[in-house]
Amino acid sequence: MRRLALGTAIGAALFLAGCGESEQVVVYKQGKYQGKPDTHAWDSAPLAAEQRGGNWTKGDRASWETQIKNRQLAQHEHKRIYQ
Amino acid sequence: MARMKFLCDAERCIECNGCVTACKNENEVPWGVNRRRVVTINDGVIGAEKSISVACMHCSDAPCMAVCPVDCFYRTDDGVVLHDKDLCIGCGYCFYACPFGAPQFPQAGAFGLRGKMDKCTFCNGGPEADRSEAEFKKYGRNRLAEGKLPACAEMCSTKALLGGDGDVIADIYRERVLRRGKGSEVWGWGTAYGPGKPGAQPPAGAKS
Repeated sequence: MRRLALGTAIGAALFLAGCGESEQVVVYKQGKYQGKPDTHAWDSAPLAAEQRGGNWTKGDRASWETQIKNRQLAQHEHKRIYQ
Repeated sequence: MARMKFLCDAERCIECNGCVTACKNENEVPWGVNRRRVVTINDGVIGAEKSISVACMHCSDAPCMAVCPVDCFYRTDDGVVLHDKDLCIGCGYCFYACPFGAPQFPQAGAFGLRGKMDKCTFCNGGPEADRSEAEFKKYGRNRLAEGKLPACAEMCSTKALLGGDGDVIADIYRERVLRRGKGSEVWGWGTAYGPGKPGAQPPAGAKS
């Protein structure tokens, strides 16, 4: 009798577990990015000098932009040649 | 900062495919996917042949973003258009919408089954921890987070391909055009083609 009751209880528990309504799909909002958030480029610390890393302060956008701007101007060979 | 853009100078591009190779190497792009390509028009016609390096142009009003049914695209504060590969369903709508053919799809199985979309990230990775192994495997190198510019632009031997803030690279291009003039004054033109004018055809019977 006890075994039957135990079996029924386990069976009922397993059966009812299938009735759960946990969210299984992404809920889409039209026109809005649905993916994971991304970090900013300036949120990382610069690489070490031996890896030819830049020079900016972690988290400081202005200093990162200065670093990138210097890098951009290096593409301008007139600046390098005619000075 | 304004918007991150690419600018290719067709007068300088020598179709060396260095940018394509640099991109493939830096991002370890899978076989069959080319994030960057060199397109040549009037191939073999003396004086009229022009090449241009093309990849994702990181449009300010990107059609791929507009058509994506799962909204997996986003634009960073620097104007770089990126996407989340965990959401992408590989439907290919972005490929049809893009005027540059930037979205690429690796073959994922038999019968031409498409994998998740892959495209130029302006060497800015994707929505994973910056410079992490996961980011590199899915999206390639995050050079912007290293304080560098895209590998293709920095590797360009003739500096035909410029990458960076649209205002800055436009200034570089403008200064170049003003300095180099036109016709035989164009950088390298006289060496390659003689003193003739651009577009001039060779004399009859000449071998190209």
